[in-house]
Amino acid sequence: MSSKVGIIGVGMTKFGELWDRRYRDLIVDAGVDAIKDAGIEGNQIGGMYVGSMSPGLFAEQEHVSALVADYSGLAGIPATRVEAACASGGVALREAYLAVKSGEMDIVVAGGVEKMTDVPTGSAAVALMGAGDQEWEAFKGATFPSLYALMARRHMVEYGTTIEQISQVAVKSHDNASLNENAHYGFKVTLEQVMNSSMVADPLRILHCSGITDGAATVILASEEKAKELVDDPVWIKASALATDTIALHDRKSLSKTEATVLAARKAYKDAEIKPEDVDFAEVHDAFSIAEILAIEALDFCDFGEGGKLTQQGETALKGRIPINPSGGLKGKGHPVGATGIAQAIEAVLQIRGKAGDRQVKGAETGLIHNVGGSGATCVIHILSMEK
Amino acid sequence: MTKGLATHWRLMPQRYNLIGTHCKNCKSKFFPQRKICPKCRRTGSIEEFKFSGKGEIYSYTTVCAPPQGFEYQAPYVLAIVKMKEGPFITAQIVDCKPEEIEIGKKVETVFRKVIADGSSGIIRYGYKFKLRD
Repeated sequence: MSSKVGIIGVGMTKFGELWDRRYRDLIVDAGVDAIKDAGIEGNQIGGMYVGSMSPGLFAEQEHVSALVADYSGLAGIPATRVEAACASGGVALREAYLAVKSGEMDIVVAGGVEKMTDVPTGSAAVALMGAGDQEWEAFKGATFPSLYALMARRHMVEYGTTIEQISQVAVKSHDNASLNENAHYGFKVTLEQVMNSSMVADPLRILHCSGITDGAATVILASEEKAKELVDDPVWIKASALATDTIALHDRKSLSKTEATVLAARKAYKDAEIKPEDVDFAEVHDAFSIAEILAIEALDFCDFGEGGKLTQQGETALKGRIPINPSGGLKGKGHPVGATGIAQAIEAVLQIRGKAGDRQVKGAETGLIHNVGGSGATCVIHILSMEK
Repeated sequence: MTKGLATHWRLMPQRYNLIGTHCKNCKSKFFPQRKICPKCRRTGSIEEFKFSGKGEIYSYTTVCAPPQGFEYQAPYVLAIVKMKEGPFITAQIVDCKPEEIEIGKKVETVFRKVIADGSSGIIRYGYKFKLRD
């Protein structure tokens, strides 16, 4: 058993509408960059985990574990696909972490990829809705924006959260994305633009929703011994926590508190032996702007009901008390679903290495990454830190 | 994608007549049906239970960007309804304007066409809700 697990290399594609590249190209490009970053050779890799939500519906391709190993020139190694809807990447990272932690493998690749733009938007929405309950939500005409709208409504009624506060999340995400060369939507938007964008599911408008994006991301994990031997600046995974909740939103205890995040956060803070106030920045799952407010409350960065105010006061901005989504988040950077959880880890590594450029968070030593599947039925959290 | 007939046929008692289940051990009620009581698990005892179809609006939204198959219904109100017997369910609210919807308003089920598999496929029916007088 390895006492510590470190991230020793990272690589990602630009996120966007990448018409010239196939599914397999995206993940191989990201993987090669990560291997170069780690300074290792392919034959040192003991295994591979690939997070991908729905390659069958998005790219008519299943069995992507073997495909990715093959096209990476690594056929022969154990490779596993991991699926947990939009949390596929984060759960792949956790599986890779467990593989190293257990002592079974010394160096493991965790990748995430989705190629979403090869199908019409309607078909992409059908694929995404597979993350909810097909029989009792989708059959009734529910969409993902509408499920988050149902949560937003309750949050607004129970806590007085305003549409301005929810919209400020998107403004902040785009501000940060404008400083990220890999972002799909790397431009700024104003509060007025967000609040006047077209309605998708009342009260959520198009600029409260993440888009349809292609992209891939890869990180290389190593045991403590290997990490120290191979690189000067490993970023240590101090905690990995996974929790589940009911698949359908209507079966949850609350629509305004995300229980899976509460459970995973509790375990993550305990395992990392830190408190929420010790976290210097976080990458959270803002697939919809209300989701960021739900996340920062459940992660205990503020009290329940205070997430909107915290955002409006600028405390979650790059120079605020607890910067949230310095990368631009899912909203600004883009959300190629399977890649998202790994891309969050990459942002955390860059921030902790002090290599995040114009969007560098000052004093970023400990980061939390939070990846959600569906309307909250899966939540996976990792805490990363330079200090062992 | 057109789904097989059996995917709807086997759910007809639930979708047409609100036949859920309850646990005789802890009295919890479930809609849709569950085979295992999450509270009692192995010690639970599950049997069918018919719901009244009465409840109140717990949360709601107006869907303006509909999914495939619902294009001609949009904009429509989608809600989570708290049923009188306890469980919550997701369904459309029909026969009213979106402005009439409020959290807490009383609703009851109506039997309606939900979606059709194209012009020659099967028509799937089920429950929606309307405001109760």
